[in-house]
Amino acid sequence: MKIALVEYGAGNLPSVERALTRLGVESTRASNPESLALCDTLILPGVGHFGALMRSLRERSLVEPLRGAVSRGVPLLGICLGLQAMFASSDEAPGDAGLGLFPQAVSALPPTDRLPHMGWNQLRRVRPSRLLEGVPEDAYFYFAHTYAALDAGEAGVAFCDHSASFVAVLEQGNVFATQFHPEKSGPVGAQVLSNFVNCARGSR
Amino acid sequence: MSLAHRIIPCLDTDGERVVKGVNFVNLRDAGDPAELAARYNIEGADELVVLDIAASRDHRPTFLETIRRVAAELAIPLTAGGGVATVEEGRAILRAGADKLTVNTAAIRNPQLLTDLAAEFGSQAVVLAIDAKLVGDHWEAFVRGGSVPTGMDAVDWARRGVDSGAGEILVTSMDKDGTRSGFDCALTAAISRAVTVPVIASGGADAPETFLEVFREGRADAALAASIFHDRIQGLGELKGYLAAHGVAVRQTG
Repeated sequence: MKIALVEYGAGNLPSVERALTRLGVESTRASNPESLALCDTLILPGVGHFGALMRSLRERSLVEPLRGAVSRGVPLLGICLGLQAMFASSDEAPGDAGLGLFPQAVSALPPTDRLPHMGWNQLRRVRPSRLLEGVPEDAYFYFAHTYAALDAGEAGVAFCDHSASFVAVLEQGNVFATQFHPEKSGPVGAQVLSNFVNCARGSR
Repeated sequence: MSLAHRIIPCLDTDGERVVKGVNFVNLRDAGDPAELAARYNIEGADELVVLDIAASRDHRPTFLETIRRVAAELAIPLTAGGGVATVEEGRAILRAGADKLTVNTAAIRNPQLLTDLAAEFGSQAVVLAIDAKLVGDHWEAFVRGGSVPTGMDAVDWARRGVDSGAGEILVTSMDKDGTRSGFDCALTAAISRAVTVPVIASGGADAPETFLEVFREGRADAALAASIFHDRIQGLGELKGYLAAHGVAVRQTG
């Protein structure tokens, strides 16, 4: 298997690489359509701004190759902003279209609780999840965000509650994503990454 | 289900080695940052802060290498800072492996720095560090490692800092720092009430009771400490067990 991290200038790429290395999984970086096409498994890491991410993907001509890979059945894991990028649009950058893998919009969390939602929180599982297999129900994961997808239809498999109920884990066919940072979530985060790698291996 | 209160060990470094002192003076060596980071990662720290308290320009490459070495040991978030005055310096720290950066002196001189950093990296990556000391009837913000008074009210500054783009406040009580006499709950609560972002309390950590106090009375979202963890006076697992037994949501590992 050939795992590529989509490289578009996001900050957390090295920590995702290190987390994979700790699992004994090698990865490469894909920063152009050609290198992306060579890979059979993709990870879209992300921190920062929705608009900046989408502009950066467009500048590197990665939007259509990413959408194409997903429609060919290539397993894709989005992390944090990488989850948000899978949606049609975001309150954070109303003028920038997302990847549109899901038709809903990403919203600003209401200021009910302290924002950004920063720190370790638990999940509420609503559907069977492949990413969360073997992960204790009460496990804590690390979040750092102000925007979130409140709804992903049937793809929303686990939610988190902070200011609002929002999608924490989504899974649909070969598309996977977490609003939390598995690469920063200690042993349970490593389990989630490992589960993704195993799903990707199984799909080949 | 609720957001856990975070326990954050802090590595004050001279750029290369962990140092410690009382009230920002009389520094002495307290170990290798990467070794301590590896230990805290396993023992259940929720996050790690590594600061370059010397923050001299010549030391910057050394500190960036320290961040790389520390980040390599961690599967938890890392916050780093010390002397960050420009977006480019912030970028270098994040590229070295930090998830968030702290800014202090430069932000007081130029609050626009917070706005610029937030625009570039997102406010979740921008932690405003405030060193505060009781002066008369209010807390005043100090800069340059606590040596220079600014004349600014620390609570007002926290509010303005958040308006400018800070996504988190790290408030250090200079009166309590290094004294092991408990956190400054009044200061922490005043800042926590003034802002809508998470607040990390620092300075004065001692027995588990002091953490319980700062989470309850101090309304802190996270608490930071250095020497009680470095010197193994307080174990992280035991501390979290105590907090959980007193109804505080904490992430317990192992």
